[in-house]
Amino acid sequence: MPEEKIKLSEVIKQLNLKIECREQFLDKEIQGGYVSDLLSDVMANCKEGYIWITLQGHPNIVAVAVLKEVAGIVIINNRKPEEETIKKAEAEKLPIMTSSLTAFELVGKLYELGISG
Amino acid sequence: MDSEVVFKQEFEINGGDFVNAGESASKLKNILKEIGIDTDIIRRLAIAAYEAEVNVVTYARHGIMRILIYPEKILLTVEDEGQGIKDIDLAMQPGYSTATDEIREMGFGAGLGLPNMKKNADIFNISSTVDKGTKLEITMNLNDKNVRD
Repeated sequence: MPEEKIKLSEVIKQLNLKIECREQFLDKEIQGGYVSDLLSDVMANCKEGYIWITLQGHPNIVAVAVLKEVAGIVIINNRKPEEETIKKAEAEKLPIMTSSLTAFELVGKLYELGISG
Repeated sequence: MDSEVVFKQEFEINGGDFVNAGESASKLKNILKEIGIDTDIIRRLAIAAYEAEVNVVTYARHGIMRILIYPEKILLTVEDEGQGIKDIDLAMQPGYSTATDEIREMGFGAGLGLPNMKKNADIFNISSTVDKGTKLEITMNLNDKNVRD
């Protein structure tokens, strides 16, 4: 029997993520997760519906995320997305969240919530 | 003999425009979706197109991405005016890159672009002239994949 997947809105609540874009597109199930700061690596290995963990905050992460149809991006370690990144993400209805946690800690918590790679 | 082109479109890519890099690949993906191309082919072609686009932005002044759809194949060509590639065999090696530190810090220049393109293409051709530019040709076969139902 397929397990029920956790929704992005629930992940945001449980991990206390800060939403940087508009809030109304968070009702999607997370299919898995991927951590990388190399955009080619994300293009090659991240899958549709995944939550993408990265320290990059420049606008090109939106292009990558949209092409890969990820559920959302979490920027780690108190880093902030650039203004232009938020603008682009909002145009694409792509949720971008930030966290004060490091990638290691955040992924550990995502695993605890039942999200895996 | 080549059969008839059923769809074609061109996208312009500007060197140095990292903010908009990937937008041509995105538009291309949406077109392929609308046409109803097999999802696996779209996924692979989107990766190849993104990498090709980022390469133009990173290393060239200007480039043109062309998509040509035939009944039996999709042909994606990317032609740029720029510095070109001195040693293509070396450039094809995963991890090899001539990108600056600044570009690497942004997560580009991992040396995976050309290998990713080759891996995802059914046929991959590359030619380059130093100080003139580079031409890529990516072919996806539609025959076996597009026979659905």
